[in-house]
Amino acid sequence: MGRTLETRPHYHFKPWNVGRWVLWGLFAVVLTVAPLLWSSGFALTMLSQMGIAIIACLAYNILLGQGGMLSFGHAVYTGLGSFLAIHTLNMVADGRLALPVSLIPLAGAAGGLFFAALLGYVTTKKAGTTFAMITLGIGELVWSMSLMIPEFFGGEGGISGNRVVGAPVLGISFGPQLQVYYLIAVYCFISTALMFALTRTPLGRMLNAVRDNPERVEFVGYNTQRVRYIAFMISGLFSGIAGGLAAINFELVTAEVVGAGRSGAYLLFVFLGGATFFFGPIIGAVLMVVALVLLSELTQAWLLYLGLVFVFMVMYAPGGISSLIMMNLRVAAFGKLRPLLGSYLALVGTAATILVGAGAMIEMVYHLQLNEALGPELQFMGATLNARGFDSWFGAGFVLLVGVSLFELVRRQFARQWGITQEEIEREIKRREAAL
Amino acid sequence: MSDTTRTAEFAVELRDVRKSFGKTEIIRGANLAVRPGERVAIIGPNGAGKSTLFNLISGRFGSSSGDILLHGQKIDGLKPYEITRKGLARSFQVSNLFTRLTVFENLRCAVLWSLGYKYSFWKFLADAHDANDRAEELLEMLKLDKRRDVQAMNLTYAEQRALEIGITIAGGAGVILLDEPTAGMSRSETARFVNLIRDVTAGKTLLTVEHDMGVVFGLADKIAVLVYGEVIAFDTPERVRANARVQEAYLGSVLADQQAEAGQAAHGRAAGH
Repeated sequence: MGRTLETRPHYHFKPWNVGRWVLWGLFAVVLTVAPLLWSSGFALTMLSQMGIAIIACLAYNILLGQGGMLSFGHAVYTGLGSFLAIHTLNMVADGRLALPVSLIPLAGAAGGLFFAALLGYVTTKKAGTTFAMITLGIGELVWSMSLMIPEFFGGEGGISGNRVVGAPVLGISFGPQLQVYYLIAVYCFISTALMFALTRTPLGRMLNAVRDNPERVEFVGYNTQRVRYIAFMISGLFSGIAGGLAAINFELVTAEVVGAGRSGAYLLFVFLGGATFFFGPIIGAVLMVVALVLLSELTQAWLLYLGLVFVFMVMYAPGGISSLIMMNLRVAAFGKLRPLLGSYLALVGTAATILVGAGAMIEMVYHLQLNEALGPELQFMGATLNARGFDSWFGAGFVLLVGVSLFELVRRQFARQWGITQEEIEREIKRREAAL
Repeated sequence: MSDTTRTAEFAVELRDVRKSFGKTEIIRGANLAVRPGERVAIIGPNGAGKSTLFNLISGRFGSSSGDILLHGQKIDGLKPYEITRKGLARSFQVSNLFTRLTVFENLRCAVLWSLGYKYSFWKFLADAHDANDRAEELLEMLKLDKRRDVQAMNLTYAEQRALEIGITIAGGAGVILLDEPTAGMSRSETARFVNLIRDVTAGKTLLTVEHDMGVVFGLADKIAVLVYGEVIAFDTPERVRANARVQEAYLGSVLADQQAEAGQAAHGRAAGH
């Protein structure tokens, strides 16, 4: 058997195996160093949210990417985890419960697990479209409950808490945001490691099998419902940790954390990051926070841009950003990336042109709709546009049109080039296989 | 019911099994009793219900009435995974693989339950040495070792058929059902494949649906003839050939044509459908 392993073809590209320790080390370093590099209060807020979002998105991807379960109600489990955590925090503050604040996220985990066990039992009875429909229904159910039970959900104002409870342990009071960040970072690292470990276990692999072919799974002895159910509970547990951290981070939990909007965001950004690879949701989580915090500051039309990007990705890169990265790493591993760089520059350039043209028009429309009182003029990328002027509209339309036509030309050329490159790689693989 | 006394007698037993889809009765009182270690080919014209019969035995469909027994135990009404755990495995006519997993992962998934890993998420696959060794062993047996890390969807057709058989036998089931294992293969591939199937199913109870008479004679020592949802004959090839009812219903001409070749080169003929 040993001989077979040694003589096995080694052309297969597996960066995850080669540099796994390097990658995990790097991840730890980034988590540790990030707040030192970006130390402003605003940056710290964003980094904290990213850490939370990474856990939540990875937990979501246990369902979407690894189990093929399209959930429209993931916020139920992060959100209910948040509520359980904030209630626990308040009980600790009242002296009714002795628990260090650093362990409050585990109360969130328990909450996430409990509700995933309860609601998931029904949900995971089915797969595919039916599963998606049930998650949608349960999402709406919990959302409507949040309005009906103000004692638990706190009604309009939500439930607030105070994370600075009791005497500081080793000087850590969780008052300063930096301390909260590091708490999040520790949970983030451990959760990520555990969720990665899950992908290497019998259950994790059978979950992939259930995604690919549930019928055959039943004929190798596994109950697909049971596989989905256990995975759903594990996802709920980690979602609860994310929710618990969010409760500590914001010290306020409102009903919107269980809402459909939040659920939609998880789906959208995990998809953007890429559900195929384990690290895809991490990219998605970072993007989510950037979009929700930064982009929403930058423009009122941010949701519209987000929608456009999403549609664009679904059409041209359905594997998300992570699969774009992995495809290009494969090309690079065969030494064929350099000739593509020119095309990439051209793609980025023409896409930026489209963005400028479309952006100008979108901003003018929004300006007319929302800021009428401020007059017809607005600033856009250093230029002054007149939302009622023909020139501005003509200019923007012209830029958009030029951008779109150039982009399409470049894209077609690139698609050809990409196809040729892939064929060359396939031939190379065959050649190496034959040489063995 | 005298189930316990029958335990050793039959590996698979069908008693007046019926299956209707809507108003159409596809299986109309099928009876069949296969002894342990017997190798049975189920033949019959298109639409006779051969695949349906397999779907009933393996639990993919529920039967409308009648009893299906595995080693004397009633299995009709059980879920496919429950039947699989009792030691009955089946292959599919259209390859039914874990498409995005590698060949190795496909085989490993197929052995996990039989080795007792169940739903464990507290141990690593890398440490599941018995499962890994068994999967590597299967790779060599199936001659797929060079394709170990290729995704199942990127295999050639013949390789997919081999993997289909591999997944079926991986769990070590004692009763194997193969649904047209050589369908769509070329003549030379079929010949090689029949040898492979014979090797990997040695010592097991085998039921196979097959159109290719060469394959039938290469694999089976008994033939069951299914016509319009009924088993009209179940005997050795020679006696089935001589059976007047079979000749009348379907088989006479087919068998007469092939008797000569099939007799000497047991598995040389391409599919005739």
